[in-house]
Amino acid sequence: MSALAVRGLHASFGDTPVLRGVDLDVPGGTLTAVLGPSGCGKTTLLRAVAGFVRPDSGTVLVDNQVLVAPGTDVPPERRGIALVPQEGSLFPHLDVAGNVAFGLPREQRRGSRRVAEVLELVGLAGYAKRRPDELSGGQQQRVALARALAPDPRLVLLDEPFSALDAGLRGAIRADVRTALAATGATAVLVTHDQDEALSMADTVAVMDDGVVRMHATPEQVYTGPVDLGVARFVGQLVELPARLDGTSARTVLGEVAAVPGERHTGAGERTGVLALRPEQLRLHPAETGAGVPARVEAVSFHGHDATVAVVLEESAGARLLVRTTGPTAAVGDRVRVTVEGPGLFFADHA
Amino acid sequence: MLLVPGLVTALVALLPIGYLLVRTAEAGPERVWEIVVRERTLTLVLRSLALAGTVTALSVVVGVGLAVLATRTNVPGRRLLAVTAALPLAIPSYVAAFAWISAFPSVSGFAGTVLVLTACCYPYVYLPVAAAMRRIDPAVEEVARSLGRSPWNTFWSVTARQLRPAAASGALLVALYALSDFGAPSLLRFDAFTRVIHASYRSSFDRTPAAVLSLLLVAITVAITVAEARTRRGSERARVGGGVARRPHTVGLGRLRWPAATLAVAVVTVALVFPIASLLYWFATGLSSGVDVPDLATSALNTFWFALLGAVLCTALAVPVGVLAARFRGRSTAVIEHASFAGHALPGIVVALALVFFGARVAQPVYQRTPLLVLAYAVLFVPAAIGAVRSAVTMSPVRTEEAARSLGSTPWQVLRRVTLPLAAPGIAAGAALVLLTCMKELPATLLLRPTGADTLATSLWTETGVAAYGAAAPYGLALVVLAVLPTLALMRSQRAGETDPS
Repeated sequence: MSALAVRGLHASFGDTPVLRGVDLDVPGGTLTAVLGPSGCGKTTLLRAVAGFVRPDSGTVLVDNQVLVAPGTDVPPERRGIALVPQEGSLFPHLDVAGNVAFGLPREQRRGSRRVAEVLELVGLAGYAKRRPDELSGGQQQRVALARALAPDPRLVLLDEPFSALDAGLRGAIRADVRTALAATGATAVLVTHDQDEALSMADTVAVMDDGVVRMHATPEQVYTGPVDLGVARFVGQLVELPARLDGTSARTVLGEVAAVPGERHTGAGERTGVLALRPEQLRLHPAETGAGVPARVEAVSFHGHDATVAVVLEESAGARLLVRTTGPTAAVGDRVRVTVEGPGLFFADHA
Repeated sequence: MLLVPGLVTALVALLPIGYLLVRTAEAGPERVWEIVVRERTLTLVLRSLALAGTVTALSVVVGVGLAVLATRTNVPGRRLLAVTAALPLAIPSYVAAFAWISAFPSVSGFAGTVLVLTACCYPYVYLPVAAAMRRIDPAVEEVARSLGRSPWNTFWSVTARQLRPAAASGALLVALYALSDFGAPSLLRFDAFTRVIHASYRSSFDRTPAAVLSLLLVAITVAITVAEARTRRGSERARVGGGVARRPHTVGLGRLRWPAATLAVAVVTVALVFPIASLLYWFATGLSSGVDVPDLATSALNTFWFALLGAVLCTALAVPVGVLAARFRGRSTAVIEHASFAGHALPGIVVALALVFFGARVAQPVYQRTPLLVLAYAVLFVPAAIGAVRSAVTMSPVRTEEAARSLGSTPWQVLRRVTLPLAAPGIAAGAALVLLTCMKELPATLLLRPTGADTLATSLWTETGVAAYGAAAPYGLALVVLAVLPTLALMRSQRAGETDPS
């Protein structure tokens, strides 16, 4: 149940700064997802914590033990931080048991219960004698996780471990990894660019952009109460409406909508800005209904469990909106009416 | 921690050239200058450069031509051509020289040496160019065509541009080979640098001229080696995404199909079929007068034993340097690596001569004994072994090693438990290649072999020297068989490199 604390971490490749003061706290026994677009520095952060990138400044602590600080740089093998790389990177010359036992003390490598134990944990009991090239991609990642968990590390780092897998496999292995991590009580950090993955797997999500952590909160808070438009856009689809704030509601093309000021909304004087809504907050109604703003359906993407419908408002210079519906799907060209459910987030222009 | 053994390797590699410099310095600057500015020396330099230049130019024409025919045209027997065009690599130059001069005593001097060396060397151009040709992304050519270029224009402005690095590095290897080769010019009585150095060493008690000429030759080969290293830079291709490029288009030769095939057959005949036929003819002739089986067996055994020791020493010296070069880049590593490659630019005759001087003066106890010969092999072939170790270690993925570090292994343990086990097959292949190269080596073996111990190469040399061609042929055949093995392995690895896009 070790806690990770990262303070003011700066790192660069040559003259290009990659991390510009990262702060991150991961409570013991939890899974934190570091979410960000490619190039935001999330992998560099992970490698700095593991000890493969030397930061320019800042500190890294695990359980209050200093791993990185001015004058201190504990080598990777003495950090007790296990890594699950993106491609698994199993040792190709060792069988599954040999891979899993790699990090165990010498006397425990042979005939110890530990190997069988962790293999069972990741759902690969009976695979001990297989060679890495006989395994599917998902199985290889399970072995990589077992290998990381076997020596009982203080922290497990997962570097986009599911991105190389088929979409169909990903769901199942995500759930299994979650279960295995929970069963061992390991503290874990998962780096990913996949919003679904971060929101569905993690206890907390740290959204990174441009070398800093913009927001670190529960998946729900990150989704429903993003601190700025950048975070809001990155964790899911967004409907952005120009708006004027008036007390607890905002005036928009969809009429008066209940509004909550975003966290970084400064000063009561700022009244023009953007009202951010999630597509599932919008509702479509038949044109005959009295309520709502008239619109015409422009495009429909059907996803099975729901559908995303793009509509163009008939007034307001044809503003285009995305609506997520679970009901009967409208057809292109249909005339509909749009209403809003729940409050939107208001971000002032000059926040 | 690897620096100390790495330093040992570098020092071993630098020993001959260092000792040669010391010996030359002892003679005093006036004496050295007097030898350098002799008219004879100048003609020697010009003659050797003419030989190297001619052989290189012809090898480029033949090598590129055959590569284009074999990879991009519908010439009849294309697949057969692709394989046989590389095979002359398996015939050591002195064996080819034996094959020609034993059949046509008039094939000698400049023309004969050019013929034999070109036949032996053009595969150094053919192989990399053919490989580059197969790697070229056809999409690039399609783009050129769709932008309005004719096929011919596309070949010159797009395809040939991409072949240039491969052809240039091959050409420089040929030049290096032609300058350094001792066997062919000597047997064909052409006074190239190597032959004159050997003669000057044999004919006079004053060894200063031999040392000075050796240094002069080294200066030329070093210049070529530096040029060769330069051409290897900056030939990366830009291609987004992985996946295998499609097969390149082939060009229809039309009415030129059969003339082209005839030319290809002519080249293969000169370079491969004739030498083998000549060897077989003399072998049959020798059989009728009785082959000296015990002598042949002793020579083969000696050859194998010396080469085995050479391969073991080379590999032992190469592992630290190769690992340093692949994993711990830095200034001291770069210095060690460059120093260890000294043998790459040193002609065998120069290394042999330097070690003869060294043995006679400093290392008397091992002079004309096995250790000094094995040392010469180490100097000459440790670069090849380092190359094998380096590429084998580079192939072991860094991410895998990082996983090992994060599981608590120190860098030293990672080396022992992950890197070396993964690199072992590549290192072993390198050792095997060195073994076979040692077995074919002529000049160092000739000068440094223990008294009375003959190898296949020296026996061939001696018997050819006295025109006992029937007696020489079995040794030549044995050497060709030995040399075919690494050539086939090289071709297979090139082919494997094509199917594996990574």
